[in-house]
Amino acid sequence: MRRFLRPGHDPVRERLKRDLFQFNKTVEHGFPHQPSALGYSPFLRLMAIGTRSGAIKLYGAPGVEFMGLHEENNTVMQIHFIPDQCQLVTLLDDNSLHLWSLKQHGGASELREEHRFTLKGPPGSPPSATQITAVLPHSSREVLYLGTESGNIFVVELPSFRVLEDRTITPEAVLQRVPEDNCNRRSCELVEALREHPKNPDHILIGYSRGLIVLWDLQNNKATHHFLGSQQLENLYWQRDGSKFISCHYDGSYTQWPVSSDNRQPEPLENTVPYGPFPCKAISKIYWQTTKNGLPYIIFQGGMPRASYGDRHSISVIHGSQQTAFDFTSRVIDFFIIFSSDPAAEFDDPSALVVLAEEELVVIDLKSAGWPAVHPPYLASLHCSAITCSHHVSNIPLKLWERIISAGSKQNIHYSSMAWPIDGGTNIAPDPPQRDLLLTGHEDGTVRFWDASGVCLHLLYKLSTVRVFLTDADPNDNMNTLGEDEWPPLRKVGTFDPYSDDPRLGIQKIYLCKYSGYLAVAGTAGQVLVMELNDEDAEHVVDHAEADLLQDQEGYRWKGHEKLKTRDGPVRFEAGFQPFVLVQCQPPAVVTSLALHSEWKLVAFGTSHGFGLFDHQQKRLVFVKCTLHPSDQLALEGPLSRVKSLKKSLRQSFRRIRRSRVSSRKRRGGSGNASEVQEANAKFDQDALQEMELAPVQRKIEARSAEDSFTGFVRTLYFADTFLRDSSRHCPSLWAGTNGGTVYAFCLRVPPAERRMDEPVRAEQAKEIQLMHRAPVVGILVLDGRSTPLPEPLEVAHDLSKSPDMQGSHQLLVVSEEQFKVFTLPKVSSKLKLKLTALEGCRVRKVTVANFGSCKTDDYSENDLAVLTNLGDIQIISLPFLKLQIRYPCIRKEDVSGIASCVFTKYGQGFYLISPSEFERFSLSTKWLVEPRCIVDMPEVTSNNHVHNKSGTENAARKS
Amino acid sequence: EFRRFSLERSKPGKFEEFYGLLQHVHKIPNVDVLVGYTDIHGDLLPINNDDNYHKAVSTANPLLRIFIQRKEDADYSAFGTDTMTRKKNVLSNVLRPDNHKKKPHIVISMPQDFRPVSSIIDVDILPETHRRVRLYKYGTDKPLGFYIRDGSSVRVTPHGLEKVPGIFISRLVPGGLAQSTGLLAVNDEVLEVNGIEVSGKSLDQVTDMMIANSRNLIITVRPANQRNNVVRNSRTSGSSGQSTESSLPSSTPNLLGNLLQGEEESDEEDIVIEDSGEPQQIPKAAPTSESIESLSQIELLHESTQNGFLPSSEMNLNHSAGSISMEYEVPDPGRKSLEEDGTIITL
Repeated sequence: MRRFLRPGHDPVRERLKRDLFQFNKTVEHGFPHQPSALGYSPFLRLMAIGTRSGAIKLYGAPGVEFMGLHEENNTVMQIHFIPDQCQLVTLLDDNSLHLWSLKQHGGASELREEHRFTLKGPPGSPPSATQITAVLPHSSREVLYLGTESGNIFVVELPSFRVLEDRTITPEAVLQRVPEDNCNRRSCELVEALREHPKNPDHILIGYSRGLIVLWDLQNNKATHHFLGSQQLENLYWQRDGSKFISCHYDGSYTQWPVSSDNRQPEPLENTVPYGPFPCKAISKIYWQTTKNGLPYIIFQGGMPRASYGDRHSISVIHGSQQTAFDFTSRVIDFFIIFSSDPAAEFDDPSALVVLAEEELVVIDLKSAGWPAVHPPYLASLHCSAITCSHHVSNIPLKLWERIISAGSKQNIHYSSMAWPIDGGTNIAPDPPQRDLLLTGHEDGTVRFWDASGVCLHLLYKLSTVRVFLTDADPNDNMNTLGEDEWPPLRKVGTFDPYSDDPRLGIQKIYLCKYSGYLAVAGTAGQVLVMELNDEDAEHVVDHAEADLLQDQEGYRWKGHEKLKTRDGPVRFEAGFQPFVLVQCQPPAVVTSLALHSEWKLVAFGTSHGFGLFDHQQKRLVFVKCTLHPSDQLALEGPLSRVKSLKKSLRQSFRRIRRSRVSSRKRRGGSGNASEVQEANAKFDQDALQEMELAPVQRKIEARSAEDSFTGFVRTLYFADTFLRDSSRHCPSLWAGTNGGTVYAFCLRVPPAERRMDEPVRAEQAKEIQLMHRAPVVGILVLDGRSTPLPEPLEVAHDLSKSPDMQGSHQLLVVSEEQFKVFTLPKVSSKLKLKLTALEGCRVRKVTVANFGSCKTDDYSENDLAVLTNLGDIQIISLPFLKLQIRYPCIRKEDVSGIASCVFTKYGQGFYLISPSEFERFSLSTKWLVEPRCIVDMPEVTSNNHVHNKSGTENAARKS
Repeated sequence: EFRRFSLERSKPGKFEEFYGLLQHVHKIPNVDVLVGYTDIHGDLLPINNDDNYHKAVSTANPLLRIFIQRKEDADYSAFGTDTMTRKKNVLSNVLRPDNHKKKPHIVISMPQDFRPVSSIIDVDILPETHRRVRLYKYGTDKPLGFYIRDGSSVRVTPHGLEKVPGIFISRLVPGGLAQSTGLLAVNDEVLEVNGIEVSGKSLDQVTDMMIANSRNLIITVRPANQRNNVVRNSRTSGSSGQSTESSLPSSTPNLLGNLLQGEEESDEEDIVIEDSGEPQQIPKAAPTSESIESLSQIELLHESTQNGFLPSSEMNLNHSAGSISMEYEVPDPGRKSLEEDGTIITL
């Protein structure tokens, strides 16, 4: 039957669809969730970050990005680049090793997994015998040295991962060649560190956990020196010339050791506890960097006094008399130093310290005085305060773009001017086609403006709304003001700050007019701020108006939070977007919809109680409309408390899931037996299934009624110049859609520009449409006589859009969660519909009009609806005939926050959060595709510095 | 009272004319009557519109037996596809209603004078183990009143018995529509919602589908209790194909016609209030030639996914009947099922 009835299988249309639509997940923006390992290749000038979910990401010059995913989805424990190669080895927490290579394919480099390997001990040996603790890729590029928990050091050949058994360095062999004064079998348990001699590749330094350090001659298979540390060893580092090395210890001390040919068992040169004398935490990693002026840099992680500063995540830099302990906002995963990689250079001359913390990447400029931080061009911590909403604006006019950048640059003066030091690879992607802004609203009341044009999501400007309000936190309370002789010399670095002073400050809706520079933001406590871009600092009073959305509804009591207190008198605002008017909704419920019309100078806002229209030119409230159903008690009593508890319970259930995942991972930790793991997993799954069957989840089947809760919740607001009353005269109108399937249309009378300040804006309700299926209205749109969506305000005035067809009859498209319906205007009669939920069981979560251009010809483009459903599918639906064009699975349906965070662009791209800190970018269009495309060339081995410079100039040449 | 007259088979005309003719030959011009006929299986079926009138004429072999009853004392129970088993009784009821004393005679009006609240539909095209129930939420203020849950049922597959996930009715709200119809029960497995199979869909999806269709909900269930199934002798005697053919054109298209109409109605009930005036139902726009094409295409697209629901009554009846029976009679090995709890094991 389907065969007979399938309509419109038009081969021409099918071909056109292939030229228009294509689904790609293109790039991940932001900071990787749960990073677990860091690696750096001074040769390629690329940095690698591994995560707990088994992802590995490589970053070089801005735009140079690669991503790989281990099939096992296990935590990446260590990353090591093979010296002078486009290869790296990763160690996972299941003790498997993976070799990855960057290979050129089709003109661009790609990251691919080449081999995998799990070290196997002799039969019957405990798993610890082969548990890898240290990895040393030898400079010969032929072998890897693998230190293990048992103290054995295995040698495996590259790239085959063949174990060279005759070259294994066993603890027995080491002990035979070390005088037995203080050593026994236990001294050689657990290899903590392996370091190759910087000048002599035949010598490697082996550090055992209990403090014994041995310099091993690979040629003659013997220990040339041994060093007896009294403290448990954490890590080792060679001085550049190989005459000394430094060891760091569990007790917070570090020790320098001489290596000379005349003394086979030297005593330490110097033993220091930098933050003594009281007990200190371990120093887990240390660098010793030489400089021309003779004063070395000693850089180490940890070592803080245990009692008072044991909770700090610090990295200390000591250079002569200068000492700073950089205090990070989250746990330090790992760090590295960028220094002169030219083997002929006499000194290290470190230039930058790169620290991967759990929630952000921090780079410190070691060359400039005061060691300022460097502003990273990528890996931005999107979640420095939790993201509460996002808004995308395509095709920003150059003027506005420059003004935003200039406002942002004034905020970034404390950053170092150093060029980004990790600059390997060449970005060969075409320049982004247009300037796009992604605005994210945050829980702390800030709005961040991101350059979303290209592969690197880069922070341009940060706007804070907090200054308008009186909060508990004193803005003058500066965390950084520490006295001169403060000890330890802590200095806070990084921007990650998940703690919000007041959740009411949270930003819920953002609307930016790219032509006028007007910005409206609305928040959790019913605050609506209208702002204007100002290039100068200014001090002024913010006008304040209240909108009582309950009007004369009586007997209701708002039990939710109070409105925010405002600051009296003038407030100083820095250059950028400066608020000039605050509209406070009463009751102060969260603002659920917002629309701004910059041409008419009107802002509309809606909450769960109703909506209002404010004239921001005359600073006068035009009208309010209460949308509450009299029986909807819940909305009146303060929905936030209930919403909150729902959110809380959701969060708890997520936590439970996470916990169960973590525990299952822990269970399998250590044991390398895959079948056992599988069995355990299967059992776990079965248990879960049984549990589900024991307590079945029930769903109530009931038709929606007008009395349901939250029917008055305003979901969408829309301004349109259309035919509302009769077909001869069009007028400005405001449309509002509610959760209960009601659409309100108001006819507006906006005085002409010359009398704009003299006459009031008037509004009159013209229509009210009740959809009988009562599903929430999520989108309203008016199509002009050519069935083209009406242009944005000021778009026509700026000659960026054809003026709408006011001759033909207009149509109204109402999108509910369940159906798409087209009505005629001005007389509302239903013309067309497309049912979604009744047929597929999915509901509309997000809908936008997007313009799709053909990849074949430049002169064809069409407008379609891009729709995200609650199942995470994306559908493209044609306008105005509402025909499903194509469907792609995009987000897992369990990923509720991912689906909720999705934003579409006007040209068929989109973003959604894959973790609190990362946006996934996707494209539905064949034409607009932003994805990394880059080449990593193998520099010649002998003079890598020189070659690097060459590639740098090439890069510059390409840009110019 | 018997009358015999001839009618041109190739040009039967309209039902209205036929009705007038009947009133004329019986000389009862102002009496409302119910018209019925016996099909080739002896089922007494109603004639009340053009479609079933034409079908009746086409089945005449060569004689067509027509029964006429006064509307006031008509016995509606006589009509139906099941009447064959009771053929004798039916005929005697119809012919000598006064002699039938076991049932006290209750005068009820035509079904269309009531708003139906529920019905079992498509009995003739579904396997006997299934039941398709239509709940008319529109006709009542009662809540639908039921809950669904996840569960598992046992199916026969090429690999033997297999447990597959399914959706089940978990609870009926006392006094709700679902309970008051008596057609749905706890632990009935839900197979389809408005013609769309639920297998492979999550509980939330099925919930959303049911709520979206709540004004006119048609659910196909496999009742947990299989003992109340309608046993159709015609089937077991092996003439199922014929029976389907005979009954479908007369009853199913009607039902489907109603169904579609109902659906349309419920959708066009969107209300508009112009200039704060009186609420009105939103009319359907007189479609332009361009949009009529797209409109019908869309409707077709929808209906095509609803197994066997006809997109429009204008369609060729025989063709649609054929395709419907095809859909249901080609046995799908994956969908054969075995009931766990019943005494009857049905495959």
